[in-house]
Amino acid sequence: MKRRTLLKTGATAAFAAALGAPLRAQDGPMKVGFVYVGPINDGGWTQHHHHSAKEMVEHFGDAVELVYQESVPEGPDAERVMTQMCLQGCQIIFTTSFGFMDPTINVAAKFPDVVFEHATGYKTADNVSVYSARFYEGRAIQGHLAGKMTQSNKVGYIASVPIPEVVRGINSAFIHARKVNPDVEFKIIWIFEWLNPAKEADAAKALIEQGCDVVLQHTDSTAPHAAAKEAGGVYTFGQAADMAEFAPMPRISSIIDNWAPYYIDRVQAVMDGTWESVNTWQGIGEGMVGIGEISSAVPDDVKAEAEAMRDAIAAGEYHPFTGPLTDQSGTEFLAEGEVADDGLLAGMNFYVEGIEGDIPS
Amino acid sequence: MDLSSINPLLLLASLMVASTPILLAALGELVVERAGVLNLGVEGMMITGAACGIIFSTLTGNAWLGFAGAALGGLMLSFLFAVLTQVLLSNQVATGLALTLFGLGLSALLGQSFADARPPAFPKLDIPILSDLPVLGPVLFRHDGMVYIGLLLVVAVWYFLSRTRAGLVLRAVGENHEAAHALGYRVVLIRFGAIMFGGACAGLGGAYISLVRVPQWTEGMTAGAGWIALAIVVFAGWKPLRLLLGAYLFGGVTVLQLNLQAAGLAIPVEYLSMSPYVATILVLVILAAGRAPGSLGKTFHASR
Repeated sequence: MKRRTLLKTGATAAFAAALGAPLRAQDGPMKVGFVYVGPINDGGWTQHHHHSAKEMVEHFGDAVELVYQESVPEGPDAERVMTQMCLQGCQIIFTTSFGFMDPTINVAAKFPDVVFEHATGYKTADNVSVYSARFYEGRAIQGHLAGKMTQSNKVGYIASVPIPEVVRGINSAFIHARKVNPDVEFKIIWIFEWLNPAKEADAAKALIEQGCDVVLQHTDSTAPHAAAKEAGGVYTFGQAADMAEFAPMPRISSIIDNWAPYYIDRVQAVMDGTWESVNTWQGIGEGMVGIGEISSAVPDDVKAEAEAMRDAIAAGEYHPFTGPLTDQSGTEFLAEGEVADDGLLAGMNFYVEGIEGDIPS
Repeated sequence: MDLSSINPLLLLASLMVASTPILLAALGELVVERAGVLNLGVEGMMITGAACGIIFSTLTGNAWLGFAGAALGGLMLSFLFAVLTQVLLSNQVATGLALTLFGLGLSALLGQSFADARPPAFPKLDIPILSDLPVLGPVLFRHDGMVYIGLLLVVAVWYFLSRTRAGLVLRAVGENHEAAHALGYRVVLIRFGAIMFGGACAGLGGAYISLVRVPQWTEGMTAGAGWIALAIVVFAGWKPLRLLLGAYLFGGVTVLQLNLQAAGLAIPVEYLSMSPYVATILVLVILAAGRAPGSLGKTFHASR
């Protein structure tokens, strides 16, 4: 492209922007960008975002074009990727990891005509929405199963990055494990990464060697399942993806992320010109959180209880954070019958009573 | 805190497993550097080995063939490095870094259709009598073959470098390539051999992660192990036995810190997370580092 043409195009774009004329009125398919933190075949988190993105593309057919970048580090480099996508003409960009929060806000400020959707964060702007799933609802069911299935009363938890989402999951699982098994203990290992198969495998082995016979994970690979399978007699849960290849043992259930309906909804809104900045947080009821099939390794009555809990949560009859609940210091943060509001959940940075250890800061 | 829940025997046993990938890769790099070549592409060769290991073992159904394929993959990548740096005389640092980036991309491409592949189980050696020994049995004699191959390689490299004529020649090439050349030794040829040995070792180390330690394929799964291996070579002062200490120390503290976290030790997790790096650096520095080979990283051409 000649420099003059380039300048002309730039001037036209600036002119159009100044007039408030939507750039999206251009010809051809609408470009939709996705920024992923891991590879698209990680078997977990990123794979499911990509899967949902592809479902969205299938829904719209030729009307949209998918632009994506995998394995983007959380940090300044993410800004470069997002800027690149904006310059390529993406009209909506989904940034699918917590660590993309500040980069998203920064880039969004520079491109007011592009809209952004940031997963699992809490900072919004006029052109930045946030969306997340109520994974803690699924964790409650996992906790129930863990409490019922453990023989050693030791449950291992491979935690990733110390942010409220992960802490909330630990609390939710712990509350429900204790409810059905007062002797249960949680052993928590932080690995400070979302995906590192070797470290996840080592952590799972360490937990199993210390007597844990249920291992929960908030990391994205199937490595802990492989370790559990090798050890034998250890139960695990699929994370983000069903991980059904490890069913019926060691994987006895899973939390499945289903982003497709949301993606279709939001892209449609951009097409219709009705897009607004929103803060979406959906759970089992809306279908954003799926509970993978509870495998045959679980006794029928336990399975029925877990399914009843799932249905009650979906119907809005039961909230996993219902008082009385106390934190580690013994202070009651939810009174009898009180239900946690979203503000409390979103900023949860403390363990509930009974969990040992501190959250790394 | 419940330290009694940590079983020291199991800890020692898993230490050997956790250390093996770094040990293999570092050992290969040690020989390369003793020959005077700095190959920063260890990470790239490891991850290529990890991918090749999965591919070969899944296709053939045999884990040993997977390791052979991994060694071959690492070796081919290092051959590329050898041609570029020894024949075309490119800069070793830049070429090595490029090799890492290339290896990461290449392995992602190769491994694409093997994300769901489950490698065949790698049998643990069950040595009669020895594996039934109290204490020592479970710690030392119930591992898979690669753990022992790693240890044997350490001894073999040590013997080769310090006790054989060929080893002396290789060291001479690394210390002063012009003098070695003047004595009639084929500097480039010897370095080719060393580089390819390093590549094969790195490939084996990578495959140990994807075939035994995890075992499955994920993009970028070596997660920096190659860089740790490079650092350990330097901190071990280019000496094989010290390298074994460094690798076991690093692997050991890595496993230990996970166990301490699980046991609920009252030390902030951040300190535990950094402990493997700190401990390894401290111990190897206290042992006093050796001197780098004289011609390390320098380009050689017979005309000069």
